[in-house]
Amino acid sequence: MTETMPAPSRTENLEPLITVDDLTMAYGSFVVQKDLTFTINRRDIFVIMGGSGCGKSTLMYHLMGLRRPAAGTVIFGGRNVWESTAEEREAILRRTGMLYQAGALWTSMTLAENVSLPIEEYTDLKPSQVRALASLKLALVGLAGYEDFYPSEISGGMMKRAGLARAMALDPEILFFDEPSAGLDPISSKRLDDLILQLRDSLGSTIVIVTHELPQIFALANNSIYLCNQKRTITAKGDPKEILRTTTDPIVKEFLTRDGTFTNVA
Amino acid sequence: MTAGAPSTDVSRVDVTRTADGTAVIGLSGDWTLTSRMPALDDIAADLDGAPSAHRVAFESSSIGRWDSGLLTFVVAVIEHAKAKSVDVDLSGLPQGTQNLVALAAEVPAEKGAHQAKPRPSFLATIGNSAISFGRETGQVTAFIGEAALSFGRMMTGRTRFRRSDLWEFIQQAGVDALPIVSLIMLLQGLTMAFLGAAQLSLFGAQIFVANLIGLSMAAEIGAVMTAIIMAGRTGAAYAAQIGTMQVNQEIDALITLGLKPMDFLVLPRMLALIVMMPLLYLYANLLGMFGGGLIAVTVLDLSVQQYMTQLFGAVPLSIFATGLLKSAVFGLLVAVCGCMQGMACGRSASAVGEATTSAVVMSIVAIIVADGIFGVVNPPLVSAMG
Repeated sequence: MTETMPAPSRTENLEPLITVDDLTMAYGSFVVQKDLTFTINRRDIFVIMGGSGCGKSTLMYHLMGLRRPAAGTVIFGGRNVWESTAEEREAILRRTGMLYQAGALWTSMTLAENVSLPIEEYTDLKPSQVRALASLKLALVGLAGYEDFYPSEISGGMMKRAGLARAMALDPEILFFDEPSAGLDPISSKRLDDLILQLRDSLGSTIVIVTHELPQIFALANNSIYLCNQKRTITAKGDPKEILRTTTDPIVKEFLTRDGTFTNVA
Repeated sequence: MTAGAPSTDVSRVDVTRTADGTAVIGLSGDWTLTSRMPALDDIAADLDGAPSAHRVAFESSSIGRWDSGLLTFVVAVIEHAKAKSVDVDLSGLPQGTQNLVALAAEVPAEKGAHQAKPRPSFLATIGNSAISFGRETGQVTAFIGEAALSFGRMMTGRTRFRRSDLWEFIQQAGVDALPIVSLIMLLQGLTMAFLGAAQLSLFGAQIFVANLIGLSMAAEIGAVMTAIIMAGRTGAAYAAQIGTMQVNQEIDALITLGLKPMDFLVLPRMLALIVMMPLLYLYANLLGMFGGGLIAVTVLDLSVQQYMTQLFGAVPLSIFATGLLKSAVFGLLVAVCGCMQGMACGRSASAVGEATTSAVVMSIVAIIVADGIFGVVNPPLVSAMG
């Protein structure tokens, strides 16, 4: 499972999925980040890096079209998100899946019901097929047999994995992960990385990850941006391994090497 | 892959047999969640039919787009074959499918994780509710005991809670409640006066509308209505606040710090309601009597002077003493019910809802029962009339 399949189409024809141009994000008059320009290509594993509170999660909401930019544009699949109608934005949301930091499972439903809800809403599958699909998704995140548990009956790490099963219920084109490995043990975390690679390689999903985990960043990402807390804009972008080799920005260097204590670059 | 776009090609499946006893499942077309995929049942008969196969293989060279829909189908076939101890050869599937199927099988299903939830029999249901009634009674008693201990600690100055919390609760249970209490009591006074006026004017005894309003407000309605309003408003808020803290493990955090949730969370809330409820009772009386007076003056042609004199003559001040005491007790009951349900809250969003509902229901029952007890022990109207 550790071996990843070659993804031939990926390097040859880069097809932009999300293009962000001169984006400024603000809460009222407080500017979180400004002048953000970058592109997420189809089949990218794209990592958003940065210190706590620099607006990584906020950027994710902007990419999904859930929050209006203070300035600049977000183009999703060739269409300007905020010049589209509300229905078109809803259609964009259906093409995306989101894993929230704490899982955000609906506590009044079992795990199987949590995963089934999007499937029931947006496909015409028979109940038995829905159930089988939900079980399969749970098996993919290592939760086979936990279908009839309620979120309150399982651990925090398991809730997170169940949240992932729900996020990928409809095989979305693009999956957003908000700190997926926080609170997972190293083995589950490794399994999650394998799964993310498989989703990209087998289903062709595009993955956007907000994470601080250096091993995960170097193992997965083929593209990234670094949001700087001080300068309030992007101070590095591209393949993180490349960034590490070439960056001259001391903050980025410090982040990617954990202040010189992290050397195990894959 | 693109779950949003409708598929153009229909997914098809057929089963063929080879000479060496292999059933080959041929897959073609699009196998996506949005296409109409065949289910296992559609080919189960073909797979199991004679001549019996001892190996199942796949052929997918002409497959179109695929996603989890294909995976579901393949997993179903594997499970079906396993039950019949037939080997499955996945090598004819797209490489990605094989990888994902392997990944899904990597962590074995948790044995015994499936929870059997048999429907309990009628007798068992009765038994369970009897047991839980006993347990809940114990919990109520324990909570009241703990609350009493907490009061004791406060008297000896050994409780720790934040003064600012107490002031905030006092404001929430006092000033912030004035608009709703005003509205309801004013309307209550108006309607009662209307009702009384219609009857009393039959005897030409319009002036007694002041007695009716004054006595019923001071003795009953002022205290009970305020308490019920506060049960729905503040008791429910207490249950939701403490219940949400329970869900977020905030109460555990307090205990870890060595702070007693009873002293830190429950005591200031109880104090706030015990102090503010009697004041609200007085305010409610004022508004109720004012509402009654509006009708007396406008509809019954009494003068303001007449109404006031009659009112003061009819309502002895002693009746307010009982009313104030009653209100304080109601305040205690509402706070105890709200806090207790919050503390006993489970760890989910729906549990918070249940706790809030129980808090309001329990408070109202407790208020009515306590009011009944007060009525028997200290009947206000008899002494007032006499």
